[in-house]
Amino acid sequence: MRILTPDEIEALLLSLKISSVAVAAALPFAVATALILSRSFRGKTVLDGIVQLPLVLPPVAMGFLLLVIFGTRGGVGAFLKDHFGIVLVFRWTGAVLASAIFTFPFQVRAIRLALEARDTGLDEAARTLGAGWLDRLINITLPLALPGLVAGAITAFAGSLGEFGAIITFVSNIPGETRTLPLAIYTALQTPGGEAEAARLSGLSIVLAFLFLYVAQLIMRRTVAGRER
Amino acid sequence: MSAEVAIRHRQGDFTLDVAFTAAAGGVTALFGPSGAGKTSIVHILAGLTRPDRGRIVLEGRTVLDTEAGIFVPPEKRRAGLVFQDGRLFPHMSVEKNLLFGWRRSAVRADAAQIERTIALLGLEPLLARAPKHLSGGEKNRVALGRALLASPDILLLDEPLASLDAARRADIMPWLERLRDIARIPIFYVSHSLDEVARLADRVVLLNEGRVTAEGSVFELLAGLGAEKPLGAVLEATVTGIQDGLSTLAFDGGTLLAAEAGEKGRRVRVRIGADEILIAREAPSAISANNILPVTISDIRLDGALAEVTMRCGAARLVARITGASVRRLQLAAGIAAFAVIKSVIVEGG
Repeated sequence: MRILTPDEIEALLLSLKISSVAVAAALPFAVATALILSRSFRGKTVLDGIVQLPLVLPPVAMGFLLLVIFGTRGGVGAFLKDHFGIVLVFRWTGAVLASAIFTFPFQVRAIRLALEARDTGLDEAARTLGAGWLDRLINITLPLALPGLVAGAITAFAGSLGEFGAIITFVSNIPGETRTLPLAIYTALQTPGGEAEAARLSGLSIVLAFLFLYVAQLIMRRTVAGRER
Repeated sequence: MSAEVAIRHRQGDFTLDVAFTAAAGGVTALFGPSGAGKTSIVHILAGLTRPDRGRIVLEGRTVLDTEAGIFVPPEKRRAGLVFQDGRLFPHMSVEKNLLFGWRRSAVRADAAQIERTIALLGLEPLLARAPKHLSGGEKNRVALGRALLASPDILLLDEPLASLDAARRADIMPWLERLRDIARIPIFYVSHSLDEVARLADRVVLLNEGRVTAEGSVFELLAGLGAEKPLGAVLEATVTGIQDGLSTLAFDGGTLLAAEAGEKGRRVRVRIGADEILIAREAPSAISANNILPVTISDIRLDGALAEVTMRCGAARLVARITGASVRRLQLAAGIAAFAVIKSVIVEGG
């Protein structure tokens, strides 16, 4: 007996692909943003607000905004298409962009908490031992913030698996290209007799979400336990 | 080869205004109560704090001169700082911690020097361990080794023993003494413990409320200091003989008898408590005390019912704490010859 149909497996794999790429692509920017936000400077509140914006923005409105900006006739979209041949709209890469934007705040928050909780005394010690700015970032700050980085990435990944509104508005619902798990559930419900499929996919989504949260907890606890002095 | 320091710095209500020098290969203690500005000075020396005004010259290299706009940042300053809490990197093994500064040092110590430092501090068995599996004293030794292996021009020890209990402190002291004896760079030792300073330091900078109140040799300055148990004398002596379980220690003003001071020819440091010294006008006979030194009284300071009597014995300075009544009864005054009867001495490896 097969648990999932080929179409369902396709939706699952596509979801995993889009989420992993979205999280990986957003990570360097999230680290940079968290580093900036962990210091005090003028206009910090404004930057903080902009970073948090996706948390409160209606996903459908965001999807529409992305369509306007990145559509092939939109300003940035036309530029990308004419100069680099990059088209985001109706492509899985567009889904990646939408997912990355929506999960960005989760990543920044987790990394920032880890950075703010760090022992700045270790940074001072590294300085007196001859380590410059980048050296300290790579060898002291980031390794010690690793639990935050990992936790942020996994939370963002799990959250990204559920992204619906922005994806369907921006890149539509194309099987094998942009039909992720939530879109497949929605499609199944629109189809007469699709309740069983919707139930299976929903169950799968819930199991996945739990799994990733559990792994995030596990990694954090182990890393923290290993670092105690 | 030395360090020259002059700093003016305001931090909130606190003003630091100090100037002092330190010789190469010697330990200069920055000694004073908490809040005297000791740690601020160390942070300024290391470059972690930028003072309002000042000039610091380490080994002939100007690392700070606010007039000339010179500020060498900590990562380029070559000032080894051992923090109170060790500050080992928790995600690295002891070995990686030790080599962290070495890898980044412009003048790298060679393999033999690394071996020697590891042996000097007894770190061999700890190399593979993680910092969290070290005791407090072991952490301190690793932190010390890490700072040394970065080949600094100056070594700053910021109360390295403060976080340890008395037993651990006694464990690590010999390591510090060995370090003092072989180091060729100036060492600044921050402490508020009179005993530590008396054991380790060559020179003392006395600090109070951000100012230098006195500066000089440890043998001159420490006698008379300390509120609870004032120090009577710090002497440097040589073991010249051993008889009946007692060692004869020769110092500039005569000889002392003490228990177990090690083999002949050894240099030791002797501490005498100010309450352990009695004063007699005539040489006492038929007395149990072994150590009776002829002295000349140089100063008497009355403090309530008590009196602090400063005496000279050769080049050595002794301070006895006796009662004011005794001073009057014996008619003690500056310039008078007398005898110091010493009840007990503490001998430490020098």
